[in-house]
Amino acid sequence: MRRFLRPGHDPVRERLKRDLFQFNKTVEHGFPHQPSALGYSPFLHLMAIGTRSGAIKLYGAPGVEFMGLHEENNTVMQIHFIPGQCQLVTLLDDNSLHLWSLKQRSGASELLEEQRFTLRGPPGSPPSATQITVVLPHSSREVLYLGTESGSIFVVELPSFRVLEDRTITSEAVLQRVPEEYRNRRSFELIEALQEHPRNPDQILIGYSRGLIALWDLHNNRVSHHFLGNQQLENLFWQKDGRQIISCHYDGSYAQWPVSNENRQPEPLESKVPYGPFPCKAISKIYWQTTKNGLPYIIFQGGMPRASYGDRHSISVIHGSQQTAFDFTSRVIDFFVICNADATAEYDDPSAMVVLAEEELVVIDLKSAGWPAVHPPYLASLHCSAITCSHHVSNIPLKLWERVISAGSKQNSHYSNMAWPIDGGTNLAPDPPQRDLLLTGHEDGTVRFWDASGVCLRLLYKLSTVRVFLTDADPNDNMNALGEDEWPPLRKVGSFDPYSDDPRLGIQKIYLCKYSGYLTVAGTAGQVLVMELNDEESEHVVNHSEADLLQDQEGYKWKGHERLKARDEPVRFEPGFQPFVLIQCQPPAVVTSLALHSEWKLVAFGTSHGFGLFDHQQKRLVFVKCTLHPSDQLALEGPLSRVKSLKKSLRQSFRRMRRSRVSSRKRRAGGGNTTEVQEANSRFDQVALQEMELAPIQRKIEARSAEDSFTGFVRTLYFADTFLRDSTRHCPSLWAGTNGGTVYAFCLRVPPAERRMDELVRAEQAKEIQLMHRAPIVGILVLDGRGTPLPEPLEVAHDLSKSPDMQGSHQLLVVSEEQFKVFTLPKVSSKLKLKLTALEGCRVRKVTVANFGSCKTNEYSENDLAILTNLGDVQIISLPFLKLQIRYPCIRKEDVSGIASCVFTKYGQGFYLISPSEFERFSLSTKWLVEPRCVVDTSEVAGNNYLHNKSGMEKTTRKFRDSARSSGEPGEDERKSARLMEHALLNDEKVLKEIQSTLEGGRGSYGERNSRRIHVGHGLSNGGAE
Amino acid sequence: LNRAYRNGAFCCFWSLVLFKYKFGAEFRRFSLERLKPGKFEEFYGLLQHVHKIPNVEVLVGYIDIHGDLLPINNDDNYHKAVSTANPLLRVFIQRKEDADYSAFGTVTMTRKKNVLSNVLRPDNHRKKPHVVISMPRDFRPVSSIIDVDILPETHRRVRLYKYGTDKPLGFYIRDGSSVRVTPHGLEKVPGIFISRLVPGGLAQSTGLLAVNDEVLEVNGIEVSGKSLDQVTDMMIANSRNLIITVRPANQRNNIVRHSRTSGSSGQSTDTSLPGYTPHIVQNFHPEEDDDDSDEDDIIIEDNGEPQQIPKAVPTSESLESLTHIELVHESTQNGFIPSSEVNLHHSAGNINMEYEIQDPGKKSLEDGTIITL
Repeated sequence: MRRFLRPGHDPVRERLKRDLFQFNKTVEHGFPHQPSALGYSPFLHLMAIGTRSGAIKLYGAPGVEFMGLHEENNTVMQIHFIPGQCQLVTLLDDNSLHLWSLKQRSGASELLEEQRFTLRGPPGSPPSATQITVVLPHSSREVLYLGTESGSIFVVELPSFRVLEDRTITSEAVLQRVPEEYRNRRSFELIEALQEHPRNPDQILIGYSRGLIALWDLHNNRVSHHFLGNQQLENLFWQKDGRQIISCHYDGSYAQWPVSNENRQPEPLESKVPYGPFPCKAISKIYWQTTKNGLPYIIFQGGMPRASYGDRHSISVIHGSQQTAFDFTSRVIDFFVICNADATAEYDDPSAMVVLAEEELVVIDLKSAGWPAVHPPYLASLHCSAITCSHHVSNIPLKLWERVISAGSKQNSHYSNMAWPIDGGTNLAPDPPQRDLLLTGHEDGTVRFWDASGVCLRLLYKLSTVRVFLTDADPNDNMNALGEDEWPPLRKVGSFDPYSDDPRLGIQKIYLCKYSGYLTVAGTAGQVLVMELNDEESEHVVNHSEADLLQDQEGYKWKGHERLKARDEPVRFEPGFQPFVLIQCQPPAVVTSLALHSEWKLVAFGTSHGFGLFDHQQKRLVFVKCTLHPSDQLALEGPLSRVKSLKKSLRQSFRRMRRSRVSSRKRRAGGGNTTEVQEANSRFDQVALQEMELAPIQRKIEARSAEDSFTGFVRTLYFADTFLRDSTRHCPSLWAGTNGGTVYAFCLRVPPAERRMDELVRAEQAKEIQLMHRAPIVGILVLDGRGTPLPEPLEVAHDLSKSPDMQGSHQLLVVSEEQFKVFTLPKVSSKLKLKLTALEGCRVRKVTVANFGSCKTNEYSENDLAILTNLGDVQIISLPFLKLQIRYPCIRKEDVSGIASCVFTKYGQGFYLISPSEFERFSLSTKWLVEPRCVVDTSEVAGNNYLHNKSGMEKTTRKFRDSARSSGEPGEDERKSARLMEHALLNDEKVLKEIQSTLEGGRGSYGERNSRRIHVGHGLSNGGAE
Repeated sequence: LNRAYRNGAFCCFWSLVLFKYKFGAEFRRFSLERLKPGKFEEFYGLLQHVHKIPNVEVLVGYIDIHGDLLPINNDDNYHKAVSTANPLLRVFIQRKEDADYSAFGTVTMTRKKNVLSNVLRPDNHRKKPHVVISMPRDFRPVSSIIDVDILPETHRRVRLYKYGTDKPLGFYIRDGSSVRVTPHGLEKVPGIFISRLVPGGLAQSTGLLAVNDEVLEVNGIEVSGKSLDQVTDMMIANSRNLIITVRPANQRNNIVRHSRTSGSSGQSTDTSLPGYTPHIVQNFHPEEDDDDSDEDDIIIEDNGEPQQIPKAVPTSESLESLTHIELVHESTQNGFIPSSEVNLHHSAGNINMEYEIQDPGKKSLEDGTIITL
């Protein structure tokens, strides 16, 4: 066996393997887990997000993404771009500073860490002396001002991080001319804010936490103004003309201070508590943005009345008489306002506000009436409701794509039409080779459709199954309801809503037929919904049937949750996927497997009790099969009973232990005082705990038997048209595999299309295979006479696949968690096998057939099995000979949820969750690779900066045209621009039509596209250099 | 009674070349060269010739020094039998279809006197419920020590045959650490250890595994660098034919090499662990490990009777397609060890246990098994 696995026998094959397979983690989709800092460069139009795990991610125009990771994995506290440079500085919670640069290499930019630095005080000084609280990169690009807890400001040179000691600004120097009685009240003060004068780089504003604000003249090295604030300072803002300072305070107030040469120690012009008069929470950051019409935008974070709204995460925008307090779904990390980037412009003219909350990114369009939100093209909050399952569909036909997008655009009408305001950098990545959909099922009963074709994972459409059922939740609960005369004028924004009203609604399995538009989803309470895509709104009753999987089994009692109540009355469904059939399994255990055959109009579903087949054309249950082993009582008790009992028994044993010890102790102490007993108790508990920890974990070695629990659990269902009974006639068949290593095969009789409604679908059990190693069956597949997996339903009808070879003998591939086995058909005899667990100790968690194309030649492609093991390794196994081709470590084996969430595509890519909100995308293929490739060019940015009023899309389109011309390929530009438009304007239906027509015209073979992509890449880099 | 006499035979063996025998109602006596006993086949032919029963299948047994009736059915136990003759060897011959299997394998000394009557008057005992043990050649081994010749003396490779028995494997493993000698001195390395044996389980009943034995390999795959869960999965996946290489915690019972002692059964003194089953000594090569589970997979066609799934007979077409990829290595073995590779050995003690390494015979030589003695 090992000899069989040994690689390197065949040099030709080894070479081919290099052309076919390679492993890359390409891009992270979704929203960074635990963001901790936000930065923005008005110069580069790039946004940076830092996380608690030390990651730093840069985002610009859609597709422009960079990622870096601090070695220390410490929390990123602050991010500051160096003005006018492709550089940024990060401050970590270990007080270290890091300088990152965007460097160009072979035409694309890369984010690299250049320097690191930790500020050190003189020996013996307290750590607070050098604890950095504020970082101010000076516009000269030469120095950083570092405010510290001690009140001193250190100056370091860039990029060397050399401390310029003679330029340190101590608090003593600042306090020199402060009135005595003011100074006495404030002894120790840390630096809370540092701001450079917007027009005069020689002046910086220093804000101390106790309220003192000082204007420091760098040229003369002295204080020019003192502003004696009485409230604890939170932050400062300098108006664009430099004539006024805004300070915001801990008590929820903000104050305006005039800056003039006449008064060196002025009183505030105005001090306001916007949400007074009752005590308010701190205003932690404030913007004062001027506009042409004279009415400023005052934007501040916090300041809510402490008692009634202190728990809100709000940012308020005041513009004249308009005032809205945006109420976020999670804590606000930071925010910035995008305004006219031209430093010489007279007014700020803010266009958008970008808010980084803990769980999502929200962008508010400040130009449009009503300040609507902008639909972000990236950083989607995948975890709005927890992801419970995912399903990937490759190569979506244009028609379906179009319809899904149009259904989604109707849902997104409340979004602003504003072009994405963060548009720095240029996306060089080639066209996505095909349209891919990633469907995620969520705990709240929704299915989200994501455009997974390219680097940006973008929400296209959201489907909710909740309406089918009667639940406590009010479906008309409008998130954006604006109450009249309400104060504060709160408005909910964002989509993060992790609280599920009813966990039974959770989606567990999804199957979408991309040719017919049939979608079936199944959930936690045994519900199976069959839907079809309808472009019109509809109101109808969903056909409802029940599948009793226990059949005549007696004496079983289901102790789990009840099934959901279906609505009997007609339900209104919005355009999109509309359910027309509901099947509810009885007992209502979670659906563990699901299969749909759109050509035969059949849906199969399985739970821990058995499986059933439903004819959704005639809306009739064809059959059910109970897979329970008679002794398998646990399967009936519901999903949680075992866990509970374990917990209970643990708790009891602990109590018993404690009681016995207490009593023995009491006896000995003769009823000593209670504290002593308690002390002893706690000590004993500790000892008991230690003992428990010391007792090593043991694992029982025992062969699996038929009596093991949950053997009846249906793990996989598969439809195939194959030779089940005799070798001359093939027939439709349904295959089911269980947790106990049993495979059931049913012979189906599906009436021909013309009599489909008149005759009944019949099923008859033809085979039952029991694998003696009894490992759970995770995949069943039939290979045709050529050893190729049978095509998907309707694939041949749509000319997208060769029809299967029905001449040669078919083979059955059964994949269990431990082995791969090939059997002949129709007479089942074993032909080949590959043992995985016995040899490597790993188990198969996920398995898919994937097509791998060679990166060298377009002619060659092959089908292989892509598997993920419980150790997080990805392996490729050849078909039909089951030879291990290659193995890559992919996910940490401890990351159980990551392994459970992994989904493969049909072309050798995959996704898995690296956090509740992020998918990592990986590729096993040399040919199919979706990864960011982008460039940020300073010279270009500087040139374009003044053209900022032009839309970013126009800019990039032009650039693409140039580059396409330089690469010497006529006709390329239309497609490129179309692709960009697809990203920018997917919401606009009119544009959509255009995009579709271009896309339809431009569909070439993938190989052609692939080779062309390389050309374009070069062309672009050349173009950048010219 | 008559029938029993007819079938029973009694043979004697003189110090030189004398055998006494009886077939039917007669005793015969003849002699053999002790130092050159020849092959079992020849001996069997001789018996058939002497009794003039050339086409009758018979079972041959002998009385060893403890008075136990032991089988003679291959070269090795034949040689063994000849070597234990002191000076006489009593040989019993039974017609196979009438054989009284219960007489075989009676190990205890107390039954010494009953052996003869067992054979001669089996009716007495047939009334009692007997544990029926099949003939030695049909014995299903439950455990064996293998590869003694290629393993270091401190290691032991144990094969547990789970199939066919309802006995649980019955052991637990845990994480631990062991000390290794490395070029840099002693080093503590993580290892996997047997943590518990279930009373009455297969592992305990073999006596070949003990608590705190370090597990080094599972079916030829090293466990170092593998997690407890991984090793657990490997063992369970191989549970039907589990081969564990251990470093026994107790190193005193190790196999003493190059001391091929005969009559080891005479030296077995410790029988404190009851229920020991025969140990088979045989060589094992992981590459040649074949899997029995294929034959065990069951198919039920059209709700009919369960049948074992047969091996696919490669058609010319599939053969063609397979030629360039090496066929999966499957042996013809169907779960039973070919008798020529099996040497039944009634030594049950675990103190000073000595294992005889057996001449592999023709078949295993053909298999390419190389034995170094």
